[in-house]
Amino acid sequence: MNKVLILFAHPALEKSQVNVQLMRAVRNLPGVTFHDLYEAYPQLLIDVKREQRLVEEHDIVIFQHPFYWYSSPSILKEWQDLVLEYGYAYGKGGVAFKGKYLMNAITTGGPKEAYRAEGHNRFTIRQFLTPFDQTANLCNMIYLAPFVIHRSLFIVTEAQCAPFADEFVRTIEALRDGTLDLEAARKAERINDLLPARTLDFKAATR
Amino acid sequence: MNTSPLFQTFIYLAAAVVAVPISKRAGFGSVLGYLLAGVLIGPHLLGWAGKGEDVSHFAEFGVIMMLFLIGLELQPKVLWKLRVPIIGLGTLQVTLTAAVIAAGAAALGLPWRAAIAIGLTLAMSSTAIVLQSLQEKRLDKTAGGQSGFSVLLFQDIAVIPILALLPLLASPDAAGSAKPVHDGVASLSPGLQALSVLAAVVGVIAGGRFLARPVFRFIAGSRLREVFTAFALFLVVGITLLMEKVGMSPALGAFLAGVMLADSEYRHELEGDIEPFKGLLLGLFFITVGAGVDLPYIASHAGLVLGLVAAIMAVKAGVLYGLGMIFRLEKAQGVLLALSLCQVGEFAFVLLGLTEQFHVLQGDGVRLLVAAVALSMVATPPLLILLEKTILPRFTRAAPKREMDTIESEDAPVIIAGFGRMGNMIGRLLEINKVRTTVLDHDSEVVDVVRKLGLRAYYGDASRLDLLHAAGAAKAKVFILAIDDPVKTIEIAETVRKHFPHLEILCRASDRNDGYGLVNLGFQYVFRETMGTSLDMAFQALRLVGVRGHHAHRVVQAFRTYNEAAFRDMAKHWGDRKTFMEQMRGKIREGENLFKEGGITQSEVDAAWDNTALREGMRGVMAEAEVKALDQ
Repeated sequence: MNKVLILFAHPALEKSQVNVQLMRAVRNLPGVTFHDLYEAYPQLLIDVKREQRLVEEHDIVIFQHPFYWYSSPSILKEWQDLVLEYGYAYGKGGVAFKGKYLMNAITTGGPKEAYRAEGHNRFTIRQFLTPFDQTANLCNMIYLAPFVIHRSLFIVTEAQCAPFADEFVRTIEALRDGTLDLEAARKAERINDLLPARTLDFKAATR
Repeated sequence: MNTSPLFQTFIYLAAAVVAVPISKRAGFGSVLGYLLAGVLIGPHLLGWAGKGEDVSHFAEFGVIMMLFLIGLELQPKVLWKLRVPIIGLGTLQVTLTAAVIAAGAAALGLPWRAAIAIGLTLAMSSTAIVLQSLQEKRLDKTAGGQSGFSVLLFQDIAVIPILALLPLLASPDAAGSAKPVHDGVASLSPGLQALSVLAAVVGVIAGGRFLARPVFRFIAGSRLREVFTAFALFLVVGITLLMEKVGMSPALGAFLAGVMLADSEYRHELEGDIEPFKGLLLGLFFITVGAGVDLPYIASHAGLVLGLVAAIMAVKAGVLYGLGMIFRLEKAQGVLLALSLCQVGEFAFVLLGLTEQFHVLQGDGVRLLVAAVALSMVATPPLLILLEKTILPRFTRAAPKREMDTIESEDAPVIIAGFGRMGNMIGRLLEINKVRTTVLDHDSEVVDVVRKLGLRAYYGDASRLDLLHAAGAAKAKVFILAIDDPVKTIEIAETVRKHFPHLEILCRASDRNDGYGLVNLGFQYVFRETMGTSLDMAFQALRLVGVRGHHAHRVVQAFRTYNEAAFRDMAKHWGDRKTFMEQMRGKIREGENLFKEGGITQSEVDAAWDNTALREGMRGVMAEAEVKALDQ
């Protein structure tokens, strides 16, 4: 069993139904620690020692956030700036996070087709996430393909959110229980695609 | 001549008021001004000032107070660092100078007893003239100045054995008629006398260490400034009496007491209280020295007197310079030491009086020496001006500068006036961040508690200019006014701005109205004292009713900014009741509207995070079929 740490960052959660639903779905899962950064540090003053200890105590770290400007909300950047110290997380003697997994779980307004060379965002999601990928690499961590929900602006009602929440829960559980092929997860475009098919009675609002 | 005390006071004050500013403006310093004023009103020119044994005795309090103040600036550990120059340099200066002068006197045919008495007498220098002149020229903290200070301190100690020695030097045939020097303990056996001196010194040290603080606290508790001043004077006078009783130099005793109180939180207050008395009495002292210059005698024996003065000063300067070199002073500092201490001190008057009394010297010789001593004192300020104008500039200019700060003085960048709950918090935060603060508070109990926390806190009224000076306002950068008295706040703020325009002043305002007042007086940093707390409480309340923490934080900060701007805006209309109320109503409406429309909470704080508009926009560009599918 892997211990999973979800670092959640959303500065205006009241505006995002899908993120509220995702949060509710995973918040109380056994073996999962859900850590709401903007709520823990409303004035953005991050407790570095506490954050480092949290990561040390877990095997898989997930940054869950809206895909603001092809990246994360600012507190996650601040978190990386402060928590990933030289000599601790990287550089000489910096092996505290060695062998742990890192993954982004993002919601984005754009459809899947927009994230390719011909699409209007011109790059793939994984290309946009390169900085996270390399950050993990520098910290001796293993970077996994992201969990992505597209067209999130239109996932509003509880019914619309439910299949995505379910997909997220299954991803987290698979990571926790070690039932996911992690080698494949490193190379995939989206980790969602690796989940075993599951017939559901939900009326999916989008593809 | 009118000899009423009031008239005498009037004459002395008039002389000082006229002569000193002129002398100072002409670049001669205050000491020369006082001395010349003394010569002018003295018995030989205008004849307005009496012989005045009483006056000169009274005036010596100026010297005592000066040493008390110097002691106050010198913490025991700093004094301890000076032990080598005091004992080494001091002993050598007194013995060598005395030996050379005595040899010279003996060579001129004086009996050896008289020669030794003269040597010891002339070895002394004038503490008052030297220290006052050096302080005025800001040379007191240079290496030369410090060495001079050490020598002067040793001379004050040496006075005790010299006084004991004089009767022994009386010529055998006159010994019978010699009276004891003092009527007090001096008549005791030498052993007992030494014991009583020791007891007095220990008493002063122990009293300063353990007794002074509770007594000060008790007196400060009365909150009557004049009582505190009275106590400060009582202290100095008391020490003087005690020291005279045991035959020790009162100036030395006062100095010791000052050193013992240098750590005390009442130090700045004491300085402020004693300073004006010291200034006036020291001035009086210089005037009496000037008045004592025996002009007719000097005129009739010009060659002899001038030659003697030149010889004495040359010998003293030579010995001092030589010692300065041995003690590894730079050349410029050696010259400073030599020229500043080469006069003969005021104590010589006392010693010469005694030598005459004991028949060590005869009347004519004493008159000659007294004239020479007085003249050497008058010659010192011009000599120092010469030194400053012509000799020092030739040596490197950086030398005296680099050696400043030997005596520790307050140079913290932040001064906090008022150390109640507010100042306390500010002070602690700054100190934790290695920003040194000097604290002033008028409540002795508060100061007491704060000092236990290891902060530099001083008892005193921050509206006093002398106290501000003593607290280092001239060197500080920031002045934090955290007292809770609105009237006093304005008074202090204006005093500080007027005299220390370089200081940034942070003002605590008890409420909106006081705040308006301060803003309108042009103070930039005005803080309403309940502002922060109310915003903190609002923030917590918002969180507890379920608002997300970061959002609550932003809302509160936005409100603070809005409120602050409105406050500055309203200050312009404050004072005009009609427009003020009109404006106020407008502001309230404006504020309410802002919240009604969700102004602060949405459009201003995090408009970009609100995706309603974005969602609608995207719907607009999507195909109709797609939209339908979405709304299914």
